[in-house]
Amino acid sequence: MDPTPPQKEPPMSVLDKQGADRQDPVPDKTRGEPAGAGSTGSDEGGPKNTRGRQPAGRRGLFLALNGVSVLLGIGLWWVLADAGFTLPTPPQVVSRAGTLISNGTLAGDIRASLTRVLIGFALGTAAAVPVGFLMGWYDILRGLIEPWIQFFRTIPPLAIIPLAVVIMGIDETPKIFVIFLAAFLACVVATYQGVVNVDRTLINAARVLGAKDLTIFARVVVPASTPFILVGMRVGLGSAWATLVAAELIAAQKGLGYRIQNAQLYYDLPTIFVGLITIGILGLLMDRALLLAERRLTGWQERR
Amino acid sequence: MTTTTAKISVQGVTKTFDLGRETFTALDNVSLDIADHEFVTVVGPSGCGKSTLMNILAGLETPTSGRALVDGAPVSGPGPERGVIFQQYALFPWLTVRQNVEFGLRTTGVPKRERRSKAEYFIELVGLERFADALPKTLSGGMRQRCAIARAYAVDPSILLMDEPFGALDALTRVKLQEQLLHTWSRDKRTVLFITHDVDEAVFLANRVIVMAARPGRVYDVIDVDPATERNEDFRLSAQFADLRNRVWHSVYHQEGRTAVASVSPSASS
Repeated sequence: MDPTPPQKEPPMSVLDKQGADRQDPVPDKTRGEPAGAGSTGSDEGGPKNTRGRQPAGRRGLFLALNGVSVLLGIGLWWVLADAGFTLPTPPQVVSRAGTLISNGTLAGDIRASLTRVLIGFALGTAAAVPVGFLMGWYDILRGLIEPWIQFFRTIPPLAIIPLAVVIMGIDETPKIFVIFLAAFLACVVATYQGVVNVDRTLINAARVLGAKDLTIFARVVVPASTPFILVGMRVGLGSAWATLVAAELIAAQKGLGYRIQNAQLYYDLPTIFVGLITIGILGLLMDRALLLAERRLTGWQERR
Repeated sequence: MTTTTAKISVQGVTKTFDLGRETFTALDNVSLDIADHEFVTVVGPSGCGKSTLMNILAGLETPTSGRALVDGAPVSGPGPERGVIFQQYALFPWLTVRQNVEFGLRTTGVPKRERRSKAEYFIELVGLERFADALPKTLSGGMRQRCAIARAYAVDPSILLMDEPFGALDALTRVKLQEQLLHTWSRDKRTVLFITHDVDEAVFLANRVIVMAARPGRVYDVIDVDPATERNEDFRLSAQFADLRNRVWHSVYHQEGRTAVASVSPSASS
């Protein structure tokens, strides 16, 4: 009876990002099922859904557990490094981070990587939303476009890189292109799904209130599919960020992926770690930002 | 307003749905006339095509044959003179009560100030003024339906089509909303076609109860209720009510047992 909007991602669990990455909105399979519902595992869906509304005490405990888990992880890493595994110790990584920060290398890399990701992601989303809407709204277009999207979804962006380099040269274009592709493919399917999931009753309600197609589109279809689009954007951002390292293999002179690749040549483990951790933190921050936007824009949704 | 004086006139409407191998006859040669300002309820078992009938009048579906006239003109698509209230409320969840009520006013191009005051008036009429800026998710089922009623009323339709509007509500809320609806209706008369599967509700609200039968969907019986009757608790507990209720119930129940010989039923029309 409800317009079945996607379940909102529960708040601030470190699992959220991976959850969003993992879920894979294939229209025919997950059709009728809210796009976000599958993420983060339905096995713990019950308690998670209410976590945001828990009393401060429980929430504090939860955050404390998060902190403890992080500390334990770092401790384990340290122990393993000391035990002779080929790992840098945390202090080594921290001091390398200090060096890379003070000489400006890290800032330069972050700037280069973020620019690529954000441009690719922005273009990908900007293209995906209208295409997804058109696919959801017009069956003919869906029939024409869908095979290509399904086809390209099966090709890892990594495999496109050689082709992109040959066609587009070795400057920024091929890198941004593969990121664009990754973001686009993730987002277009979610948007399309959002449109086909719009409750018919709401469309009928708008029609009997005198709304014509354009109004229905702008004032019913767009808001009703916003939750799906935002989930799609989060998935898209995840895959854009994941494609970055691969994209920076293409003769980059700067960037976190390039830095990691370059460090590999010199067996420079601390630098690799600094690069990886930076990628992880930045990805998490961007995901949080989108999650916040999602809450703002889709607070009207009913949650179980 | 030409040849017919009826506000709503359904003339020999048949609606079939193609279900692949077989066809399902939702409505079989249904005819009925509803006068201006009449309050008609339609009651019948599921599958009798009562919702299909409403959708045809709302302009959301087209009849396979026959025609549906409103003010003498054939229905072609939805129109602001026919307000629809759905069982599932169908409020826009991202809009507040006020914005929901204003939705139809915006699409019909009512200027902002007038929109405001109209919305205000109808929100008050259904008693939601304290919740004017609340989102639907914070409202109870009864409040949501009141909001939907205000939204339908706001565009000033001369006809209200209500598809089991109180079907999802608990018994007490339902009775309250029935009384409120009649109150609203008596102050501001419209032609109402009210679909329900609840016999008590059908009798309590109606000037005329239309009983439909299923497989195929058709008009089975028509029972008049004296429009002069005061609709209140006394009526609900009266012998007159019990009598009407029994007649309607009998009509609904009896056909169920006789679906095998459905062909003998008259295709009653008024």
